[in-house]
Amino acid sequence: MTELVGRSISELKKLLAEKSVSAREILSAHWKQVHALDPEIKAFTCLTEERAQKQAARVDELIARGEALPALAGIPVAIKDNICVADYPTTCSSKILESFIAPYEATVAQKLDAAGALFIGKTNMDEFAMGSSTENSAFKKTANPWDVSRVPGGSSGGSTASVAAGMAVLALGSDTGGSIRQPAAFCGVSGMKPTYGMVSRFGLVAFASSLDQIGPLARSVEDTAIALSVISGHDKKDSTSIPDPFKNQGPRFEESLAQEPDKLMKGLRVGVITELVGEGIEPEIVSSIRAAAAVFEKLGAKVTDVSLPNSKYALPVYYLIATAEASANLARYDGVKYGLRETEGTAKDSILQMYKSTRSKGFGAEVKRRIMLGTYALSSGYYDAYYKKAQQVRRLIKNDFDKVFESCDVLISPTSPTVAFKIGEKTDDPLSMYLSDIATIPANLAGLPGISIPAGLGKDKLPIGLQILGNTLSDEVVLKVAHAFQQSTDFHNRQFPGLATVG
Amino acid sequence: MRPATTGKVFGMITIKDVEHVAKLARLELTPQERELFAEQLSKIIDAFDELKDVQTDGIEPMSHAIPMPNALREDEVVTPPGHESLLKNAPDREGVFFKVPKIGD
Repeated sequence: MTELVGRSISELKKLLAEKSVSAREILSAHWKQVHALDPEIKAFTCLTEERAQKQAARVDELIARGEALPALAGIPVAIKDNICVADYPTTCSSKILESFIAPYEATVAQKLDAAGALFIGKTNMDEFAMGSSTENSAFKKTANPWDVSRVPGGSSGGSTASVAAGMAVLALGSDTGGSIRQPAAFCGVSGMKPTYGMVSRFGLVAFASSLDQIGPLARSVEDTAIALSVISGHDKKDSTSIPDPFKNQGPRFEESLAQEPDKLMKGLRVGVITELVGEGIEPEIVSSIRAAAAVFEKLGAKVTDVSLPNSKYALPVYYLIATAEASANLARYDGVKYGLRETEGTAKDSILQMYKSTRSKGFGAEVKRRIMLGTYALSSGYYDAYYKKAQQVRRLIKNDFDKVFESCDVLISPTSPTVAFKIGEKTDDPLSMYLSDIATIPANLAGLPGISIPAGLGKDKLPIGLQILGNTLSDEVVLKVAHAFQQSTDFHNRQFPGLATVG
Repeated sequence: MRPATTGKVFGMITIKDVEHVAKLARLELTPQERELFAEQLSKIIDAFDELKDVQTDGIEPMSHAIPMPNALREDEVVTPPGHESLLKNAPDREGVFFKVPKIGD
């Protein structure tokens, strides 16, 4: 049998269309990879084996009947464990939801299913997506496939590691402050946060509702684009979903990529965010971003340095707004309707004590810390000084972007100030962990599309991420620029050292 | 309901503040957690102190990145998932109801 792991969507679909492999064979090759590598990587919290087998059988039936294959027919997909797949656990890697079985399916999962995808499993994450290393999972610590003593980034660390290690072709993550892009940078894959409202959040467990966005992770921009075409679009079940973003034509992002890199870049104006290529960013990462800028220039783009003066406040603004929204969203975990209920040691007739015992036992330290911070920011006497102030500065940050996008089509920067750090390196210092998101947070505050793609290897041969940001709804431009870069470089083809040895 | 602090808007968070906020958030903290959070939250809030230097007079607070009108839909009957599927996750139930400890006296 042909080697089936580490392949692109178009390669796998070609093999299926030629009938040289079946969807079942693709699935079993990926199971083999999961069983060989996941004991060490620990990307998955649960495998959705039964569902995947049904999905593979359905695709094989389509092939047998000679019917047209949908966009993701036979493509193994991993799904972050804050996105509901009906009749399987959705734990958010939290003890408070350990027993929760999703009674319905997220819109994105429905769309993947309808497109013929095979669900491999649910993936590990920082509890409730709060973290930048996946170390805040209540269940396990996911390892970075490039170096298992390092974190994969987070919070979508399980999804990202599964793609990097060839256990899935695609994965879904969620990005509230960088939770798709930062792990993509750490694990050397492509990960995109679409424009806020492009992808339905129905069935995504809410963390910070004005910032959360679901997006795809893959080993190339082309595969990322195919996945985004499948999952995006208006959904009446999500009131923040953008009505009719594609004028009824349906998105076909991958089609717009089918051009030579210099055609893709022709006439485009690329801004380098000066605040993110200086102090606080590792010099080798700055060099990689400058080298990427030179690649774009060579392809015919006009490259300039631009400034987002208020972006230096993005970190406090984000951590005040996100925690405030989280403190409200997580109020629902009270032991009444689902999840953990803790009554031990409490009087039988005290609901208030039941709430407190449940939440105190069910939430981990970072979640408690953020609920506390958010509650404080919203509490009487502090609301104006923290929450309202943060919302005002959020507008100033958005205004900076609006101004810069008058003269630029895309902006580039590092995705993260460092390469993947060691497991345990930042767990005792929440503030230093928060700094990991400094380059990704501004796009969430402004609702903008952004992608991280591999831009080289840094010290200890660890991947460096290039972030490309676009204006509202210019997701296609972001993908084109990212694709042009991958057509002109081979950073995305470098695999972690272990991949070739299995499969 | 203002927490008992020194009255300084930006500054250290005391154990008393932590106790007050924990009460609002329905969390029960151990003495160790109270101390740890007082220390860590103080550090975080102190680091965020720079926000007060930003001139924001007259700036409309931004709660949402993409301005959108209310999402309205036709008042049509849909089929909900039903009691049984939603009650499957209930920690305790009685018939079609969620069962909880006694509320109030």
